[in-house]
Amino acid sequence: MNRFEYTRAGTVQEAVQALAADPAARFIAGGTNLVDLMKYNVERPGRLVDITRLPLDEIVAHDGGLRLGALVPNATVAYDPLVNERYPLLASALLAGASPQLRNAATTGGNLLQRTRCYYFYDEATPCNKREPGSGCPAMTGVNRIHAILGASDTCIATHPSDMCVALAALEAVVQVEGPEGRRSIPFAEFHRLPGDAPQADTTLRHGEIVLSVDLPDEDFSQHYTYLKLRDRLSYAFALVSVAAALEMDGDTIRTARLALGGVAHKPWRNAEAESRLQGKKATPETFREAADVILAEARPYAHNAFKVELARRAIVRGLSQAAAGTPQSQTDKRIA
Amino acid sequence: MATPSRYVGTAQSRQDGPAKVTGAAKYAAEFTAPDLAHGVVVSSAIAKGRITAIDTRAAEAVPGVIKVLTHENKPRTAWLDYNYRDQVAPPGSPFRALNGPEIVYGGQPVALVVAESFELARHGASLVKVTYDEEVPNTDLEKNRGAAYVPPKKRSGIKPPPDPRGDAAGAFDKAPIQLRQEYRQAIEHHNPMEPHASTVVYEGEGKLTIHDKIQGVNNTQGYVCGVFNLKPDDVRVITPYVGGGFGSGLRPQYQLYLAVAAALDLKRSVRVVLTRDQMFTFGYRPETVQTVALGADRDGRLQALTHDAVAGTSTFEDYQEAVVNWSGLLYHCPNVTLDYKLAKIDTYTPSDMRAPGAVTGIFALESAMDELAYATGVDPLELRLRNYAERDEGEGKDFTSKALRAAYEQGAARFGWSKRKAEPRAMRDGRELVGWGMATGVWEAMMMQSSASATLMPDGKLELACSTADLGTGTYTILSQIGADALGLDLDRVTTRLGDTALPEAPLAGGSWTAASSGAAVQAACRKVAETLFGYARGMADSALANADFAHVTFADGEIRLQTDPSRKVGIADAMRAGGVATVEATETVKPSMLTAMRYSAYTHSAVFAEVKVDEELGVVRVTRVVSAIAAGKILNLKTARSQILGGVVMGIGAALEEESMLDHNLGRIMNHNLGEYHVPVNADIHDIEVIFVDEHDDKVSPLGVKGLGEIGIVGAAAAVANAVFHATGKRVRELPITIDKILA
Amino acid sequence: MLSDSGSSASPGTIPVTLTVNGQERRLRVAPWTTLLDLLREELDLTGTKKGCDHGQCGACTVIVDGKRINSCLALAVQKDGARVTTIEGLSSGSLHPVQAAFLEHDAFQCGYCTPGQIMSAVALIEEGRARSRDEIREHMSGNICRCGAYANIVDAVEDVLKGKSSSRSSSVREAAE
Repeated sequence: MNRFEYTRAGTVQEAVQALAADPAARFIAGGTNLVDLMKYNVERPGRLVDITRLPLDEIVAHDGGLRLGALVPNATVAYDPLVNERYPLLASALLAGASPQLRNAATTGGNLLQRTRCYYFYDEATPCNKREPGSGCPAMTGVNRIHAILGASDTCIATHPSDMCVALAALEAVVQVEGPEGRRSIPFAEFHRLPGDAPQADTTLRHGEIVLSVDLPDEDFSQHYTYLKLRDRLSYAFALVSVAAALEMDGDTIRTARLALGGVAHKPWRNAEAESRLQGKKATPETFREAADVILAEARPYAHNAFKVELARRAIVRGLSQAAAGTPQSQTDKRIA
Repeated sequence: MATPSRYVGTAQSRQDGPAKVTGAAKYAAEFTAPDLAHGVVVSSAIAKGRITAIDTRAAEAVPGVIKVLTHENKPRTAWLDYNYRDQVAPPGSPFRALNGPEIVYGGQPVALVVAESFELARHGASLVKVTYDEEVPNTDLEKNRGAAYVPPKKRSGIKPPPDPRGDAAGAFDKAPIQLRQEYRQAIEHHNPMEPHASTVVYEGEGKLTIHDKIQGVNNTQGYVCGVFNLKPDDVRVITPYVGGGFGSGLRPQYQLYLAVAAALDLKRSVRVVLTRDQMFTFGYRPETVQTVALGADRDGRLQALTHDAVAGTSTFEDYQEAVVNWSGLLYHCPNVTLDYKLAKIDTYTPSDMRAPGAVTGIFALESAMDELAYATGVDPLELRLRNYAERDEGEGKDFTSKALRAAYEQGAARFGWSKRKAEPRAMRDGRELVGWGMATGVWEAMMMQSSASATLMPDGKLELACSTADLGTGTYTILSQIGADALGLDLDRVTTRLGDTALPEAPLAGGSWTAASSGAAVQAACRKVAETLFGYARGMADSALANADFAHVTFADGEIRLQTDPSRKVGIADAMRAGGVATVEATETVKPSMLTAMRYSAYTHSAVFAEVKVDEELGVVRVTRVVSAIAAGKILNLKTARSQILGGVVMGIGAALEEESMLDHNLGRIMNHNLGEYHVPVNADIHDIEVIFVDEHDDKVSPLGVKGLGEIGIVGAAAAVANAVFHATGKRVRELPITIDKILA
Repeated sequence: MLSDSGSSASPGTIPVTLTVNGQERRLRVAPWTTLLDLLREELDLTGTKKGCDHGQCGACTVIVDGKRINSCLALAVQKDGARVTTIEGLSSGSLHPVQAAFLEHDAFQCGYCTPGQIMSAVALIEEGRARSRDEIREHMSGNICRCGAYANIVDAVEDVLKGKSSSRSSSVREAAE
């Protein structure tokens, strides 16, 4: 871990100014990913601005929905009664991720900003375009079992590791940020980005911008939802493929459909055409398969991750079936409903 | 002397338990010393080539960094390979850290940064700049199979495959049922929870006290003395607790070499702890490709068996383990050919990992037997019984004991095997397919030379001691139980000391031999103490035991009593007083019987039954139930013994479903080198595991009738799970681990 | 108020006050010192273990302000003012019920993951969210045991949970407050 200065911010303005004044500065909150990466020398901040004492740690009603302060721990969100009543998909996704210890420390804002688990990104002995732009991507010809099948580029095939973000994508959350140029709202779909030719940037956040909150809109997917996560062991592992499905139903007809995939792309993956094709249709496996086919038509697998295409196809069908039936996946009973 | 079993054979809580549950137990990295310096290892970024430059200036410029050791400035150490060979080294040239600019495997240590604090050393390590001349690494076993060779020099303690018997090829061709398949075992890393660490306390005048993560302190002592030309009297190794070994701590690892080199160079105490990532830069269970061919008649009786294995090893040592030998002794078969070869790849040398060879070989053999069961329509358990080996046909010897039949019966009964539907895909629980599979396990029951001391203290307490290690195996507790019974003392009056070269020498804790070996040594030492006490008692004026014979007395409740008339007795304290001694001490050494070894084969056996539930569509396999029935001679402590088997089964489930170190062959580097991406089982993966110990009286295998339990729990577990997966799905996965992608394939 | 680590030329140590196992400790720590390294290297509380140093094993689990966390990923300076309970602070004299249950059920072998397992279990009981064996398994899945004592760990935790259903011991509450 490199040497760095440590600053504790008392207000949001101080925090923003501290970062604006120092291009090598980074915010730190729960630290569960940043400290991890610093120990691997992947992140080498010159200054850490500790934001844990900022007043961003509340869950409040907002605009008919809920506003999750950026510093609310993942566990707090997961067990919050209002979240569970109105956005059980989010609670379920959070409980599918990490461990109780990590969920106690990791924050809402930090979860948005966690970085890929690509082996090569984490290993400074190897080239990596995300870590060191221009150095190359050995994952493409190397061990790529966990890598992206959608939206990758010639520079990077990493995936976004968050479970929470997959649910937030489906729920069309809005990220409120404040920066040197003031506040702005970022629709969730625009918060994370695809690697393109700049894989070093995971998000559209600019230097100095701080996440204030994640706002959940006034919508009701509390009856027909699921978070289905498939991984290499039954807990405490990142997703190979995950599905966040949220439906509004009229009897057995789908009125509104939201579907986001985790583990398959550089960001939580949504496909507008697939979702619109679901709308107005009867909730049947055939309908779901058709949606899956639309999403996966553009899949581009590598040597070891071709299975993810078929796994995603089946997970989409199962996840949508669970959501339509109102039988969401339990995160403790490991039988898949 | 009769020794009634008041404690041996019962369930006793661990004597080391209170220290472990309160955090008081100190592991190798937790000893300290005044003026302790901290070393952090810099690992090679390449797998093959040469260091052309190593720039340590930035690291050395950090205030608090004391020294950076590299191949350019490391202290002079022994010249000959011989001096680097430890007790279990395979043939070849042992790896020497910082020996020169050559890089022979990925993650090889290239520098040690020593600093005043751990954080400073870690920071310094990140500043060392190494430039390499890189060569293309060769790490793909598949590409090297063609060049596989029979190891010219055999590894001491590892039997090569027995000579062929009969004509396996001819018999196979004639057999009505023929089956030939290839099976693969992925590289696995031990990953004990405690990372490897060495704290070297510089005592002055060249004397060292070393706390090393090792499964036997004498191995560390011998290695350090050989490499650094020190006298055993100057090197004391003390490691009372080992945070898991599973074989990774059998050989001294490079952190020991580096810590000692730095301590001697700086004349200062040094601690070196490896990172979790660096735990992937030394020994591992080797990748192995195996072919098993079974020829049988139509009712499943084996006529021909061939089992070939090719395993990876390093370019510098020929690591060997018994992969195929089991196939020569587990079943009755007149025609058997076994073959074991190595292929060199640019990795570190593999090392023994829990049931080395057996995990690998039995997975293949027991998968093939399962395939034969389906091919012949014979129930898998019935197939094993039809081919039951009454003798070790590989070596032509009788077994010292073999209660495998009882293990099959009791395991099957407990599991409910008779309710199994024979057809695959015939059992369901809701959406999930249910599969029941079984396999046999086998491991050699070994005994090694061991010494131990027993000291009866003035306060009537007994202290037992020997140098072996308790890796969580229960050794502290079982030795105390043996001592308590031998001298008729309450268990809480008996303590055991381990893990110190100042104590009588005992073997490395490995191979499941510790209980048989050190247990016998403790019993012998206690018997000697008893004889001395009896001598004092008989010699007392008006002794109640005046004419008694040692063979006819019992030690119980602090007294020596005549068996036929317990009212004739002498208190142990009185005997000591009469003998004019404050303590009675004895040190004894026991050896295995060569005669028994020549005449008999000694093995532990198991019958493992597993239930899986498979969401076939999504490839998710859950192991919902395991019954492991064990025939392992006398069981000393039912509680710790059960835990040993549970742990073996859990690691077997890991091997079956999760564990794989993934090599990038372009880089020659293991990429998932952490516990986030190398998956070992977590709590949610593990459900009901039942352990049965069947009665197995054995008066030949070892003086106590003990066979050992460290390995047998894992053997067969992966095959049982794989066979259950087939029964559930009809899909045969012959390559471990059975991950989602392989179920979907 | 923006508080700074001191001179920008050479980062110095920072004053931090922690209440560790009920005892207030006024310390100066470097900003890159994790809570885990502080406990083990500076305070000689080696009961908290380093198994992976990356939040992937749970051996370093401690309870900070009533919540279980991985101390390896927490910078000590960030925990200024916090109350920290480690395995050493769990019992005084007699064993904590969770420690006793681990001993009784042989819920460990090598002992290295054990303090983390026990701290996690103490917190789990206080959280009150896990009741069934499935729930215990899931809520203990952040603590890896390579010796494979999981079945016994679940037995131990279940035992304490059942015994504690009516009245929790004060030591549990103290540790996980």
